[in-house]
Amino acid sequence: MIVFSASGAERADQIFVLTKYWLMGYVPTAVQPLASAVLSVVPILLVFPLIFAITTLLERKGLGRIQNRYGPNRVGPWGLLQPMADGLKSLTKEDIVPDSADKWVHLCAPLLLVVASFLAYAVLPIGRNMVVANLSAGVLFFFAIGALVEVAIFMAGWSSRSKYSLLGAMRAIAQMVSYETPLVLAGLVAVMATGSLSTVAIVEAQAQYTGIFPHWFVFTPWGFAGFVLFMIAATAESNRSPFDLPEGESEIIAGYYIEYSGFKFALFFLGEYLGMFATSGMAITLFLGGWSAPFSFLTWVPSYLWFFIKLLAITCGFIWVRGTLPRLRMDQLMHFAWKFMLPMTLLNIFVAAAWKFLPAGIVRWFGCAIFLAIAFVLLTRGLKRRGEFRARQYRFAE
Amino acid sequence: MFGEGILRGLAETARNFFGSYVSKDRLTTVQFPEERIAPIEATRDFPFLVYDGTDWEQGMRCVACQICEKECPPKCIYIDKSKDKKPDAVGKQQFYPTRFDIDISVCMSCQICVEVCPFDAIKMDTEFEYSTQDRFGGLMFDKHKLSKSNEYYHRIHPTEASAVDAALAEERAKAEEKAKAAAEAAAAKAAAAAAVPVVPKESGGAA
Repeated sequence: MIVFSASGAERADQIFVLTKYWLMGYVPTAVQPLASAVLSVVPILLVFPLIFAITTLLERKGLGRIQNRYGPNRVGPWGLLQPMADGLKSLTKEDIVPDSADKWVHLCAPLLLVVASFLAYAVLPIGRNMVVANLSAGVLFFFAIGALVEVAIFMAGWSSRSKYSLLGAMRAIAQMVSYETPLVLAGLVAVMATGSLSTVAIVEAQAQYTGIFPHWFVFTPWGFAGFVLFMIAATAESNRSPFDLPEGESEIIAGYYIEYSGFKFALFFLGEYLGMFATSGMAITLFLGGWSAPFSFLTWVPSYLWFFIKLLAITCGFIWVRGTLPRLRMDQLMHFAWKFMLPMTLLNIFVAAAWKFLPAGIVRWFGCAIFLAIAFVLLTRGLKRRGEFRARQYRFAE
Repeated sequence: MFGEGILRGLAETARNFFGSYVSKDRLTTVQFPEERIAPIEATRDFPFLVYDGTDWEQGMRCVACQICEKECPPKCIYIDKSKDKKPDAVGKQQFYPTRFDIDISVCMSCQICVEVCPFDAIKMDTEFEYSTQDRFGGLMFDKHKLSKSNEYYHRIHPTEASAVDAALAEERAKAEEKAKAAAEAAAAKAAAAAAVPVVPKESGGAA
């Protein structure tokens, strides 16, 4: 267990938990379950959309700087109020529903997307003792809810009755189904190491220290490989560049949400970013030690702050990758998922299992790392030789 | 090795990101309303009417020949020709436009009106900040708003304006020479007529 340096630090760490208990004291017993649920859920409904607003600004600024531009700098000081202007704009815009669209499904799709994205936060431990529902199968619940997003996207693409929408939705389904497998398999190694599907237990297993260093899974060879593979799959799952084929602005304009405008469009945007934060949160939970501090002497910093700092770091990583890589082609995407991601995640599971049975020590660490590195080199070289990663030959367009 | 190119790309974008905070030269953006760069000489957007001298009504070069109105592809020029004549900048009696309107919401900046004008009266402007609350009246420019001095023309397109001025001066000189020659011829004829009695109807025709 973690030893607190002072009780003041402990109080700062647990302030939200204590506030909730204090508030619950004023609630009659009959409505306590309901009040408890509301008090747990409402902060999440407030905080993550706020982070979404900050991220849109951060993304536009970051992409601008990567492209040697300023980015938004007109609304408020340094453009800080830009998200508010964007929000007001999308609220006041006309909401257009195509005549031939299926009105109800068209309306339900963005709502379902946002609801599904929010549901995933139920099992994310944001801080010590700060989780909405400590399910014994939390990781399973997370991935099951993540699959709902695909339904929402296909509802949007199908109900709009537009070619671009349908093309985008088909791409999205193909991509998300393909990358769901490596996503789950990459995350599985953390479950194997902990022996529990509960997210809280996984974080607690990592929140221990040897000397000053924590037991985060990312510091093990299989954990590092798992983290990288998980993040690649998460990028594909959240339809972000370089896996943004379902939206493909230059090809199919906006993909499945082309027929959406005004606030429904904003909801799609929100749902997408919420999904990205949720999968990032899951990566933090599984590999980056959740709310635990990176060094044992930093445990006095409130645990939830560590979670959000890590989330910010991963978000910046997403922006950096988006500013760097061009979009993949559909065949490259599928090759990558089935011929690279899937074998690597399976190998990684094997390594994680071997890790469990080998005697602990530096030899185990380097043995596993070298095995994974050799497997990576051989796999990519083999794929390169077979021409899977080469530029496509165009037979007719020359 | 596989993934090497990605890492190199990430390094490049990181260099851009941090470099843009360090060196101002990287940022090519001009912060428009506060910062401006001078337009290049060939810039053009909407037509304007050139006048010589100081009085825009007096010095207007346009003689309402209506060629530009007929040639304008989107038909955004509206001209009413005057009934009477008045002296132009040179002092010659000319017709003038009682109405000369250009609807710049329709104008496509093709410069055909400039190409066809035989009097060098219409030229392309560089002014572009015409945003208005009234999208019909506010973008329909009348002849007063369109009139700009020859000095202004020299300021925005110096090379072109000098060429136009030179051509006009040459034409004017030629016309003066011709007038002088005609006057001399007339004087000679008059002198000859005074010396030798001629049939009256012929002298009437010469005048």
